Amino acid sequence: MVGSSGRPDETPTTGHEWDGITEFNNPLPRWWLWTFYATVLWAVAYWIAMPAWPLVEGYTRGLLGYSQRAVVAGQVADRDAMQARYVERIAAASLEEIAADPELLSFALAGGRSAYAVNCSQCHGSGAEGAVGYPNLNDDDWLWGGSLEAIAYTIRHGVRNESDESRYSEMPAYGRDGFLEPEQIVAVVRYVLSLSAGGDGPVAGEGADIFAEQCSICHGEDGRGSVDLGAPNLTDAIWLFGGDYESVLAQVQNSRGGVMPAWGERLPPETIKQLAIYVHALGGGT
Amino acid sequence: MARFGHRTLEKNSILMLVVTLIVVSIGGLVEIVPLYYLDSTVEKVRGMRPYTPLELVGRNIYIREGCYNCHSQMVRSLRDEVDRYGHYSLAAESMYDHPFQWGSKRTGPDLARVGGRYSDDWHREHLIRPKNVVPESIMPGYPFLQERPAELDAVEADLRANAALGVPYTEEMIANARADAAAQADPESDGAEAVMARYPKAQVRDFDGNPDMVSEMDAMIAYLQMLGTLVDFDAFRAEGEALR
Repeated sequence: MVGSSGRPDETPTTGHEWDGITEFNNPLPRWWLWTFYATVLWAVAYWIAMPAWPLVEGYTRGLLGYSQRAVVAGQVADRDAMQARYVERIAAASLEEIAADPELLSFALAGGRSAYAVNCSQCHGSGAEGAVGYPNLNDDDWLWGGSLEAIAYTIRHGVRNESDESRYSEMPAYGRDGFLEPEQIVAVVRYVLSLSAGGDGPVAGEGADIFAEQCSICHGEDGRGSVDLGAPNLTDAIWLFGGDYESVLAQVQNSRGGVMPAWGERLPPETIKQLAIYVHALGGGT
Repeated sequence: MARFGHRTLEKNSILMLVVTLIVVSIGGLVEIVPLYYLDSTVEKVRGMRPYTPLELVGRNIYIREGCYNCHSQMVRSLRDEVDRYGHYSLAAESMYDHPFQWGSKRTGPDLARVGGRYSDDWHREHLIRPKNVVPESIMPGYPFLQERPAELDAVEADLRANAALGVPYTEEMIANARADAAAQADPESDGAEAVMARYPKAQVRDFDGNPDMVSEMDAMIAYLQMLGTLVDFDAFRAEGEALR
């Protein structure tokens, strides 16, 4: 190594010597040294300003009194304050009033969309397309009604959960619990499939008789279902647990029913309203 | 050179090693030791209890399958996380975790508060084939969980090992571990009430919908459904001694 003078013999050494090898004592570059001093100063200032050192009891709080918990609480409060003028109006307005007010509607749609993404998309799909056992919310087929009020009720109280006000329906497991013989089940499944098959319409016969006797109480004589009872319409091409022969057979045999939480117990009422507005905008009716 | 200086240190490797260790350990002592005596590092919260035996079996499966490679279990104190996942995690919520599952990688969502968010059916469907319920998911399926019986023979030893690490399992809990694990997945059993008495807020259900066997699916869902459900946040004060 060559010293700043450029002449090795004039540069002082550190005085360390191993087997005749010595080490030049070149000064550190100024910029490096000053940067180093600055970081030392920064560290000392940081100790004073911010929470830093553990003590016997507690720790040094720092002059700025910084707290990550206080920061996040403040951010949440700021956000709530910014949204308050809309949220308060949403709390006071009925669903129809929100839908009729363009300003509130756009706020509710945006808020509903983000609440949907966090809470609902896992089952109903990120595009509300649903999955087997989880209803599609884009079509106009509603198990429990597609009006604003009906959707809000379903969100608030859920389906088949432990809440007393939950939506509730239970189809008998005709095969598992022995209500119908296997051949009767096959006949009624063929009849149910014929309801939505188009063409010549439903086939008369044993299946039709069993349907009239066992199924029409909830699903209606024409198979169009009932939103009051949560009984699906069987005449359309929309199926919750699949519309092929095997799936319908499995449903009549064992009967499955989905569960939805009572979101009213977890989300504030204003969020429920925003969700209802958003979901209604997807595929809601009257 | 007579005095103790650089030269002595540099020419004596053992001495150099000893002095290096002393210097390095100062940093460690200052950072680690206070965690053992400062009350504010692990603030007390109401509601925490040790895992039930079945939850512990599920937790072992969670670790075995490497779930932590993609899922964290810590809601950070940032607004977007608090909005999405709920209250930020507290140190006390991991106090019975050996090892903790905080994680640092989120290919999937945080699971610290996943308990109770979805139905058991959803979890079963999702663990068998995630794309069935979340089409855009890249999570692999774990269909074998429902076919494999949960490993209950080792659960008593597992509780004992945790007790040795400071988890407050009583002798009664350890003695009944195997029975409790089976009973938690069978609400009709005689032991179901004992599980709820020993472990407050324990959820007793047939988690996997198959009453004939306590499967790994039962254990896994039991564990997932309790995550983040224990602490009573109404009784928790974010200010005060623990402010930070």
